[in-house]
Amino acid sequence: MNVLAFAEQRAGTLRQVALETVTAGRALADGLGIELLAVLLGPPRLADEAERLGRYGADRVLLGTADTLGEYAPEAYTELLARAVQEHAAKALILPASAQGKDLAPRVAARLEAGLASDVTELAVEDGRVVAVRPVYGGKLLARVGFKMDPALLTVRARAYTAAENPRPGEVEGMTPEVDPEKLRTRVRLAAAEKRERPDVAEAEIIVAGGRGMQGPENWKLLEELADALGPGAALGASRAVVDAGWRPHAEQVGQTGKVVAPPLYFAIGISGAIQHLAGMRTARCIVAVNKDAEAPILKVADYGIVGDLFEVVPRLAEEIRKLRSEG
Amino acid sequence: MNIIVCIKRVPDSESRIVVGGDGRSIDSQGIKFVLNPYDEYAVEEALRLKEAAGAGSVTVMTLGGEESKETLRTALAMGADQAVLLKGQPSDDGFGTAEKLAAAIKVGEYDLVLFGKQAIDDDNLQVPAMVAELLGLPCATVVVELKVEANKVTAEREVEGGHETVEFELPGVIAAQKDLNQPRYPSLKGIMAAKKKPLEEVDVGDAEARLEVIELMKLPERAAGEVVGEGPDAVPELVRKLREEAKVL
Ligand SMILES: Cc1cc2nc3c(=O)[nH]c(=O)nc-3n(C[C@H](O)[C@H](O)[C@H](O)COP(=O)(O)OP(=O)(O)OC[C@H]3O[C@@H](n4cnc5c(N)ncnc54)[C@H](O)[C@@H]3O)c2cc1C
Ligand SMILES: Nc1ncnc2c1ncn2[C@@H]1O[C@H](COP(=O)(O)O)[C@@H](O)[C@H]1O
Repeated sequence: MNVLAFAEQRAGTLRQVALETVTAGRALADGLGIELLAVLLGPPRLADEAERLGRYGADRVLLGTADTLGEYAPEAYTELLARAVQEHAAKALILPASAQGKDLAPRVAARLEAGLASDVTELAVEDGRVVAVRPVYGGKLLARVGFKMDPALLTVRARAYTAAENPRPGEVEGMTPEVDPEKLRTRVRLAAAEKRERPDVAEAEIIVAGGRGMQGPENWKLLEELADALGPGAALGASRAVVDAGWRPHAEQVGQTGKVVAPPLYFAIGISGAIQHLAGMRTARCIVAVNKDAEAPILKVADYGIVGDLFEVVPRLAEEIRKLRSEG
Repeated sequence: MNIIVCIKRVPDSESRIVVGGDGRSIDSQGIKFVLNPYDEYAVEEALRLKEAAGAGSVTVMTLGGEESKETLRTALAMGADQAVLLKGQPSDDGFGTAEKLAAAIKVGEYDLVLFGKQAIDDDNLQVPAMVAELLGLPCATVVVELKVEANKVTAEREVEGGHETVEFELPGVIAAQKDLNQPRYPSLKGIMAAKKKPLEEVDVGDAEARLEVIELMKLPERAAGEVVGEGPDAVPELVRKLREEAKVL
């Protein structure tokens, strides 16, 4: 018996969520007292990336490469993952709750007639059974769910597990990448990849989120400066008020009807802290709020708050953080 | 163009959600139930595709109890032609529900099966891809833009930092994300007409879940935070605390 962890790559490079998924898989495998196998599918020449997975806790790595696996190929990935689960009699299969993982996991679950817990934030083993905690009702409640049968399929939310080194042999074994071409009905292309300067808000280590208090899209340069000072792991986020006003794209919206995020550090700048916004970010490890209204609800949930005018506080904050970074 | 849209009855997103007496489900008292918002995009897209094709029908289908008829009527009032109630309880995981839906969707009766990307109660984001897999159909999820020309489908789906283009040939499955379109409101005329549209009822029994909800919990309270100070002069102290106390810098 094994735990399998799906290691997501893009353009031949492991994504951060792959390392987090393997880290989560390691914890689950330890809880069950069994081996962890990472599964990496993608284009040829992935051997170096496959070897990296051992460092994050994979006992073994199953590597399936082919030109046809370069871009996300839903049917082929489904077939190969389902096959891996069956061949290794996996007790559980963990995927990231990324765009790809959320598309792929239900397909694999249906193929295996298995249960799937989506967007899991905590994993445990109770009496040999996999138990998961996941937000439901738009983040208003948490559900603790237990699997009635094996295999247990799970997608794990970005940043719920911090990628941690935990070296294991991570011996790489090839897996047959062939699938019946009859089954390949879908062509997927990553649309002319926008040049991305910052990580996606759902996966960022730090989020600098702005609200209506920013007064207009032109003032976002203040938040960009703060994000730049914080480093390449920082993403920009937004409240719904700001997205509805057209100041920022929907992809940046945090909250019940946007993205639910759990970064180690969240800055809420000029955001009041409405319940629907809190639903999206209250599991952040550390929340910092800047608001001119001492009664703003966000200050009740923030670990640290500054009461004041964001137009004075934010530039100073960026400056102090730059100073700190340059001191090392 | 014959289209099936799978829809679900869910608590309105503005409702206050409270754990019920059994500790495993919600207290539905006082909650307003609505058509799942993502399913509204799916219904709207189906209507537009049918209108563009100038022929065909839109069937809305749900797995649920008697009360789900109201949800079906809402979709009929938007303009769907007919409705099917699969009477039985959906499962907490996606597979049980997907099995019931897939069994009711007959090959040859549709060109396209549409879904919302996610039900806002279980937040599973599972059923559409599962139904596709069970029916052996190609599928795109989290779709923000859809083009159907003859039987060729081009869908844009949201991925981190951009979009992915998914292409396949009909028949197939699409799951709608916000931004796909702007759903219409049912008109008064539509609401009247909906009462006379066919609504078929089939007993299918409860869906069988592969996992169980052990417990529903309120979110843990966050310990009350601290106001570090007022104005820009408080910034150095904030930065010190972030580094030394919270260790996040
Ligand atoms: C069904 C539903 C779903 C929703 N989903 C979401 C969601 O996903 N995400 C979301 O964010 N919201 C959501 N909302 C909206 C939510 O209820 C709030 O309306 C919204 O979050 C408010 O955004 P805001 O905090 O930016 O604006 P406001 O509430 O207007 O707050 C602005 C804040 O900025 C402060 N401020 C103003 N000027 C300054 C200054 N110069 N310096 C410092 N501070 C200043 C003010 O004191 C105030 O606290 C939803 C609502 C509904 C009904
Ligand atoms: N009980 C149900 N009856 C019909 N369609 C459903 C049901 N549950 C979910 N769906 C469809 O599947 C989509 C995704 O649901 P879920 O996987 O539960 O998040 C929904 O937006 C609906 O389109």
